[in-house]
Amino acid sequence: MAAAVNAPVPAAGNAPGESSSTQAEIDVEIAAAAKDYAERGVEETQPRRDYPPYRSSLLRHPTKDPVQADPEGAELWAPAFGQRDVDPLEADLTIQRGGEPIGERMVVTGRVLDGDGRPVRGQLVEIWQANAGGRYVHQRDQHPAPLDPHFTGMGRCLTDDEGRYRFTTIKPGPYPWRNHRSAWRPAHIHFSLFGTDFTQRLVTQMYFPGDPLFALDPIYQSILDPAARARLVAAYDHDLTQPEWATGYRWDIVLTGAHRTPLDDPEDPA
Amino acid sequence: MTLTPTPGQTVGPFFHYALPFDGDRDLVPPGSPGSIRLHGRVLDGAGVPVPDALVEIRQAGPDGVVPTVAGSLRRDGFTFTGWGRASTDREGRYGFSTLVPGPVDGGAAFFSVCVFARGLLHRLFTRAYVPGDDAALAADPLLASLPAARRATLIAVADDGLRFDVHLQGDHETVFLDHDGPA
Repeated sequence: MAAAVNAPVPAAGNAPGESSSTQAEIDVEIAAAAKDYAERGVEETQPRRDYPPYRSSLLRHPTKDPVQADPEGAELWAPAFGQRDVDPLEADLTIQRGGEPIGERMVVTGRVLDGDGRPVRGQLVEIWQANAGGRYVHQRDQHPAPLDPHFTGMGRCLTDDEGRYRFTTIKPGPYPWRNHRSAWRPAHIHFSLFGTDFTQRLVTQMYFPGDPLFALDPIYQSILDPAARARLVAAYDHDLTQPEWATGYRWDIVLTGAHRTPLDDPEDPA
Repeated sequence: MTLTPTPGQTVGPFFHYALPFDGDRDLVPPGSPGSIRLHGRVLDGAGVPVPDALVEIRQAGPDGVVPTVAGSLRRDGFTFTGWGRASTDREGRYGFSTLVPGPVDGGAAFFSVCVFARGLLHRLFTRAYVPGDDAALAADPLLASLPAARRATLIAVADDGLRFDVHLQGDHETVFLDHDGPA
């Protein structure tokens, strides 16, 4: 997790394999997929892995249907993490680099639940994000926005007995990428989550309400169902907002169902 | 009560400063007694290595017991947690130092494998079966349900340790698993 901080390199056209499509062309593809989904009338709750408007997915999605398999053995057990693994200070992304980062300070909190609504307790949550200017501390991020010497943009915590996580951070900015000409990602925070089974493993992104880039973004739109997409959008919560200090956002995460019941698990008091 | 799961999204290209950690791929210290290398490449539909993938494994120990002890993020060199994480290099290669899992409740032994990558919108699960016990592999319900060519994508190859390539797409596309039914 050493920060790889390189000077920005000016973008010089598209690298091989990168698209020179226009936003208008991407919009047409997004609209066609949405129309097809609406006409089909079968609910999908996850993104399509095969979603051509996201150009990087073209050669990276399986073409064969997944094979149904009842979870067995190690699949039934998520890895465990404890106090030994995570320092509580890792949940505050504003204190990692010896000074106050620039941007809108905020609290992001919510609960991690399994598909039956049970809290996922004592489990690892990892996040990473761009800074307020839309720049990642990553050598491959060539967006010529400033790095913030006081912000790394990664955090960890363990959920509490209610399945609750809580981070203090800075609101990330939107940033350009090279999917097509003038492609911009809506502001987001990457989340990595574990459940009680390994089959519940999830990596996703949390977005902010009302982002004008939602309609234009093929990664967000790869979830064709509008109600499913909305599950990735946090809610502003004024009760979480701390006077003279930080705004507050709430976002709950639901994992897939656990295949191992609590009764099977002598270590779980639930 | 049944809740609808939150959708996944791609891990993106910028996870390297956040998800990797010291010792992430060393479930046991390299070269320690009983250690083997589980390694391979992640390849796209054109056979091109994927340099920005992340592979996680979850496994039993040689005794067939899946460990549920903490400590993966701060490995002490003695505790086997049965979980590891490895990002691919510029040639699409990943590698773990680990122990050969034993079968859990009888049956065939395997590593549970979870794959993330830029360009991959939602994680993929597969299994890397341990080669050698032909009777156990032949009796495995998942393997038995597959045509021979597809079955082969799930069985690691004994070479310098165990090699398990992940083909995201193409003629040799790896069999990926759905544990929850259609989304």
